[in-house]
Amino acid sequence: MPDAVIHAGDTAITPETRITVSPERSSARTVFRRFRGLALGLLSIALFVLAWHLLTTYRVSFHVRFLNVPTPASVLSSAIHAGRDPDFAYNLLISCQRIGIGFLAATLLGVPLGLTMGRWPLLRETLLPLVEIVRPIPAIAWVPMSIMLWPSNEESIVFITFLGAFFPILLNTLMGMGQIDPVLVRAARCLGAREASIFREVLLPAVLPQVFTGLAVGMGVAWVSLIAAEMIAGQFGIGYFTWEAYSLVQYPDIVLGMVCIGALGLGSSALIRAIGWLVMPWARLADGRPK
Amino acid sequence: MSIARARGQVDVSNFGLCFGQNTAVSDISLYVEPGEFVSLIGPSGCGKSTVLNAVAGFLTPTTGQVLVDNEPVRGPSADRGMVFQQYSLFPWKTVRQNVEFGLKMQGMGKSERLATARTLLSVAGLHAFENHYPEQLSGGMKQRVGIIRALATGPRVLLLDEPFGALDAQTRMIMQGLLLDLWEGLKISVLFVTHDIDEAIYLSDRIYVVTAAPGRIKAELTVPLPRPRDSGMSETPEFLTLRSRLHELIREESLRAMGNEVEAGSGRGVGRDLADAIGAARH
Repeated sequence: MPDAVIHAGDTAITPETRITVSPERSSARTVFRRFRGLALGLLSIALFVLAWHLLTTYRVSFHVRFLNVPTPASVLSSAIHAGRDPDFAYNLLISCQRIGIGFLAATLLGVPLGLTMGRWPLLRETLLPLVEIVRPIPAIAWVPMSIMLWPSNEESIVFITFLGAFFPILLNTLMGMGQIDPVLVRAARCLGAREASIFREVLLPAVLPQVFTGLAVGMGVAWVSLIAAEMIAGQFGIGYFTWEAYSLVQYPDIVLGMVCIGALGLGSSALIRAIGWLVMPWARLADGRPK
Repeated sequence: MSIARARGQVDVSNFGLCFGQNTAVSDISLYVEPGEFVSLIGPSGCGKSTVLNAVAGFLTPTTGQVLVDNEPVRGPSADRGMVFQQYSLFPWKTVRQNVEFGLKMQGMGKSERLATARTLLSVAGLHAFENHYPEQLSGGMKQRVGIIRALATGPRVLLLDEPFGALDAQTRMIMQGLLLDLWEGLKISVLFVTHDIDEAIYLSDRIYVVTAAPGRIKAELTVPLPRPRDSGMSETPEFLTLRSRLHELIREESLRAMGNEVEAGSGRGVGRDLADAIGAARH
């Protein structure tokens, strides 16, 4: 049988792609690689904190001034203090809520619009010039306009967050639509699929990898936009907290705010990757396999 | 409903297709009787696939008409199953979900769909792979899925566009045998596009030779070999005669397609001239 396959786990491997390393050795190697990666990563973080500690403890100043920069220990103690403060928790929560609403709205609008613009040239030709004009305006530049447009500060901040996420999601979806093999649509039509089924069963799953690229990029831009909006116009939120710490000369809180923003950004993009991994089981196959 | 309940009669009459000033195919007339296996053969780019796409319903004829069971073709439908050279399986669906797709589009219930797909998969020897994704299969297995996906809805006509062109010689022979078995079992009409002469003879009842740009029917040949067929028949005098006749017909067309400088029958001379020129350039 020319198309006989050899089973490794539950994946079929054709003779051409057979691996020569035995399973035990290859898995031992994987464990070692993973351990080495973790150790090196922790080492670089530890060295960074050590450098920070030395620079701030000895108040180094060579053009760049570490005179007022808080030490790691003072940031840690302010973090412990903030951990008991309900106001701090509220700031984190409200930022997450703004991201949640703005990002969700951007997804619910951007993905269907990208799908339909990709499918119907008339819609694309009508809307794409407008999108191209509005897109280069950074979401932060929308802050004054947004405050004028929306009745409450809260809504204007969510709108800024939405704008940041919307364009990467829309444009990645649209770009993905252009890359779909038209033969797949023909195959579906030959099997009796109507337009609605083609959207649901062919176009949407075919474009999902690019949609998730758009979501990951959009989430990053959403955080950038949110923090800027909170610093300028906010009354609560982690961006507001960070700026407020500067105004109130609470320097350790600046670093605490920065670390929290970084952690939330990291967590939210990890969440998107995890969702992508769950909804696209077929896309996992491409990882670590010779093509 | 047609009177005789004839299933799978294809009639293409005076079919022509133009894109602006360019004529892709012109004045093509051919037919497929119910249950007949017919091949279209010709040099690449000659418009064989254009004819197939018109029968599938992807192209509207500029002139002439395409009838299936005396009804004009209006757009693609599950009546006419299609198999593509590049398999065109849905990468996000498992093997079983791919086979179920047409049935799902017909509105068949989940459990009935599952049962039908499982039966077909085990006939094709793929039951162990029902939960695999296409990416995990070899080329021959992918095309087996492609064929049973097209057959699952019970089409009247099966259209195949160079389905085995991307497979190695061994796999291709096995797939040809499988296709003949399915065709004999289902008594379905088949329109098969290929540029492989042996493949066309081995499989077909009749063969149409298509000319290059613009595509026209150059010849129609009946294959006199009895059925069931086996690979040993490729040594019989009937097979060899037909093969050399087809070779001659297609060679003329291929040369014509290569351009006016290459006169039919003098292709070898051009090769010599080229060899001389390259030799001279080296010194």
